[in-house]
Amino acid sequence: MPPLVGVIDYRMGNLKSVANAFAHIGADVRIIKDPEQLVDVEKIVLPGVGAFGDGIANLRALGFLPFMEREVFQRSKPFMGICLGLQLLAKTGWEHGRNKGLGWIPGVVRILAPSDERLRVPHIGWNEVVFRPGERLFEGLGDRKDFYFVHSYHFVPEDPSVVTGECNYGESIVASIRKDNIAAVQYHPEKSHKSGIKVLENFVRGLTD
Amino acid sequence: MLKNRLIPCLLLKNGLLVRSELFSIHQVIGNPVHEVERFSQWSVDELIYLDISETETYDLRRGDTKVKGTDDQLRILEEVSCRCFMPLTFGGRIRTIDDIRERIQKGADKIAINTAAVETPSLVTEGAKMFGSQCIVVSIDVMRHPDGRCEVYTRGGKKPTGRNPAEWAREVENLGAGEIFLNSIDRDGTGQGYDLDLIREVTDVTRIPIIACGGVGQYGDFAKGIKAGASAVSAANIFHFKELSDRNAKRAMQKAGVAVRI
Repeated sequence: MPPLVGVIDYRMGNLKSVANAFAHIGADVRIIKDPEQLVDVEKIVLPGVGAFGDGIANLRALGFLPFMEREVFQRSKPFMGICLGLQLLAKTGWEHGRNKGLGWIPGVVRILAPSDERLRVPHIGWNEVVFRPGERLFEGLGDRKDFYFVHSYHFVPEDPSVVTGECNYGESIVASIRKDNIAAVQYHPEKSHKSGIKVLENFVRGLTD
Repeated sequence: MLKNRLIPCLLLKNGLLVRSELFSIHQVIGNPVHEVERFSQWSVDELIYLDISETETYDLRRGDTKVKGTDDQLRILEEVSCRCFMPLTFGGRIRTIDDIRERIQKGADKIAINTAAVETPSLVTEGAKMFGSQCIVVSIDVMRHPDGRCEVYTRGGKKPTGRNPAEWAREVENLGAGEIFLNSIDRDGTGQGYDLDLIREVTDVTRIPIIACGGVGQYGDFAKGIKAGASAVSAANIFHFKELSDRNAKRAMQKAGVAVRI
């Protein structure tokens, strides 16, 4: 039986592409509209295209927060945040004003402000990510690969040891983070061709041995 | 380092894939649903689908003539998105926030807005606020008049707006657009290369990425667009009428010193 992957539908995501990519690699993927359904899945994915404030407000309004916290912290289910799903892990986001995030991984989300005038914001496109050794998600990918980014804001962690991948956009920015059973990527693996599909395969296979 | 992107643009008209010339001659080249697989395997960086149908008409060349234009557009998007593991921009007759939301839910990553951006600028701002700036691509169609003056057109290149492209580009950036898809009406399908002066004028006054389109006739044209200031280069016809055009285009860009993902 392929593992059951639940993709949270909080009316923010590019849900279909994420679900399609998981289906493509043979996972049994379910789009979760009702928070209670999180109980049934083995792995949880929080995708996301959109603004920080709307994202957290929708998660709260739709009743996802207590269920996510219970499944991720008490039941230790593997969790993967993608793009906005990474940013929402922060304590605070500064997109269109100040907003409180999930606070699962201490840090803040700030607008990208590359000092080099020629670097445009949003950071859109394929950029090279250098991996920190030992992250299970990047097994089989060597030490660096190109991934597809689309974002105007970036995660600045309080504890730099949570960073598992970085890319350069005028300065070094966080491409991926990991804390226990919580992993997250700033780029879009579902849109990053073979390298991205490999990351999703690794997540499905398991974050730990 | 960020790579420069190569983005084929696929045009849909009344449910069929077409090649376009000067925004007015449209030659049917196939059924989009059948061709999707091929495009998804191209070694390109993104795909842009633009529905240039003017009406929600039926196309009699199809068997399923009961399918209406709009429903057809969404069905094509669904077919495309489940096979496309690269970023997908979808545009054409987007008028409301609900139009945007529906297309994102069906797998579009970004939405291109053209006429509605001019007629209802608040759609750009609201769309950016709701889905993030990176999701809103404002498409700008530009006509260079015989006297050299450039003017923004809407309604599929039919309606002059009196606007200057560089000024409009700045305005849409301020409204919240994340990218600009800059197309030349008078170069469309001509194979003369991009309007490089237009690209320079627009990229000089904006900070958001500019995707250049319109006029590519040879692989060498792509690198010229990047060197004029574009962050990404797009074309339509060259990808339909040349073998291995995706890989050859990338190689030509690389050879010209442009950073691309190979």
